[in-house]
Amino acid sequence: MQKISTFFYGIGQGIKNIFRNRMFSLASISTMAACLFLFGVFYIVLSNFEYLVRSAETNVGLTVFFDEGTTDERINEIRALILRRAEVHKVEYISAEEAWEEYKNTKLSPELAETFGDDNPLENSASLTVYLSDVSMQDVLGRYIKSLEGVRKLNDSAGIADSLSGMNKIITVVSAAIIIVLLLVATFLIGMTISTGVSVRKQEISIMKLIGASNYFIRIPYIVEGILIGIIGAAIPLLILRLSYSKVVGMLEEKFSTVLNVVTFLPPERVMRVLIPVSLLIGVGIGFLGSVITLRRQLRKIEVGV
Amino acid sequence: MAKYDLYRELSRDIEPPVISLENVTKDYVDGLHALKNLTMQIEKGEFVFIVGSSGSGKSTLIRLLLKEINPTSGKIMVNGKTLSRLRENSICKHRRGIGVVFQDFRLLQDRTVYENVAFAQRVIETPVIKMRREVPRILSVMGLSEKMDRYPSELSGGEQQRVALARALVNNPVILLADEPTGNLDPKNSWEIMRLLEEVNRRGTTVVVVTHNREIVDAMQKRVITLNKGVLISDKKGGYSNAKN
Ligand SMILES: Nc1ncnc2c1ncn2[C@@H]1O[C@H](COP(=O)(O)OP(=O)(O)O)[C@@H](O)[C@H]1O
Ligand SMILES: [Mg+2]
Repeated sequence: MQKISTFFYGIGQGIKNIFRNRMFSLASISTMAACLFLFGVFYIVLSNFEYLVRSAETNVGLTVFFDEGTTDERINEIRALILRRAEVHKVEYISAEEAWEEYKNTKLSPELAETFGDDNPLENSASLTVYLSDVSMQDVLGRYIKSLEGVRKLNDSAGIADSLSGMNKIITVVSAAIIIVLLLVATFLIGMTISTGVSVRKQEISIMKLIGASNYFIRIPYIVEGILIGIIGAAIPLLILRLSYSKVVGMLEEKFSTVLNVVTFLPPERVMRVLIPVSLLIGVGIGFLGSVITLRRQLRKIEVGV
Repeated sequence: MAKYDLYRELSRDIEPPVISLENVTKDYVDGLHALKNLTMQIEKGEFVFIVGSSGSGKSTLIRLLLKEINPTSGKIMVNGKTLSRLRENSICKHRRGIGVVFQDFRLLQDRTVYENVAFAQRVIETPVIKMRREVPRILSVMGLSEKMDRYPSELSGGEQQRVALARALVNNPVILLADEPTGNLDPKNSWEIMRLLEEVNRRGTTVVVVTHNREIVDAMQKRVITLNKGVLISDKKGGYSNAKN
């Protein structure tokens, strides 16, 4: 019974503290919100990047073209050789006719296509598209394929995949650094908020100590305050990110759909499923730590004052 | 009255002193003794004045009893507990057995009389039902029933000190420590407070009063402990002047 009333007392006082100490609370909440907003943006960009890279890995493989006059037999042989390799997931054969049909239908206007009649300007463009199960083997496989007789040209997506994962790494490092700095600032500001809160109520606390309030009882309003700042600071960016995600993704999809139909974005639920618990956890954790660390220092300074 | 004194005398043999200091020395600065080799006992139910000029170590004694500071050497026992053995998180329990009032009242200005007193119970997590019963009771003992909803700034000094007394007593402490309780009061209010302290003592609380008020000490004829530069120079029943001899 007593503990329940203490719990509600703590929450009530914690909320009061936030309002009593408006300026600092606001600064702490804003910093926390900014920090977790950036965290959210980085997370969204990174997870979409990763998603993109992964879909690039599966969507885009190596395309193998052959020397003029290479027989269908030889092409089949090459195909069998490639298929035998462990890192290869799938090999598709596209005949010259299919390539031309595809080109005609997607890149040429019907009038222009007509002028070619039954000719196939892409006579030597039969190809094999190789999908890898392990994209890191792309280089090795590429070298092997090039060494095969009859292979004229090899288009690969290694460049794209490599630069994508390279960028991914840079973004991760930079964003982690920025987020860590911001988290330190947030912790510091929460500490400031709590310590002004404590100094405003110095007399009250010294009376509490004199009367024999437990440390836990003295601390609980401030810990609640810190945690609430963390929760509010996390809720604001989560709300903004959730509301704007679909809009931004919609805009991007519309803009790039004609250029790259490989660009797809994660559905918002999948992003938020990770972002909500992680942001709240960071918010609550920083709020708790910030207040506990400060309290330890500040409360020791307050004496019974005889 | 006589019967009660007899009971007190008898219980002295059975119960250990409620406050006991053995060779207590306190140096804030190395080599400078705020208290020096202080040995004294105060029995349960006693009324004791502690007198001495400014800087003689009276407040240091109170700080030691509350374990706000620790002695440089010596042993202190309060309510049967050896203070040096108390762990950090049981200091609060120790303080619940001691009520304290000060010269400057130390009331929370933004809270009513009732809330100031209830605060003392709230912070030690007293059940609300008990609080609703006990706060009005102690306020009525202090003659403040009519002023429950007033703020400290609306009260006279004497009334404010009575609120502070109610707050110090609402949790039924074994000991009441008063550091210059009448320092800010006129004679009439000072006597009113002393009358209440005597009443509190009659109900069984051990009362220790630090004061400069010679007139009161002389008139009340209680045990008087005199400190001078941290040393106990006199401990006898009687008045202020008597103690100085
Ligand atoms: N926090 C402190 N630091 C250093 N010296 C102190 C401190 N508090 C008290 N003193 C010294 O200890 C002595 C006793 O002080 P105190 O107990 O306050 O005396 P009283 O209450 O009798 O006036 C004085 O000489 C005072 O200067
Ligand atoms: Mg003093």
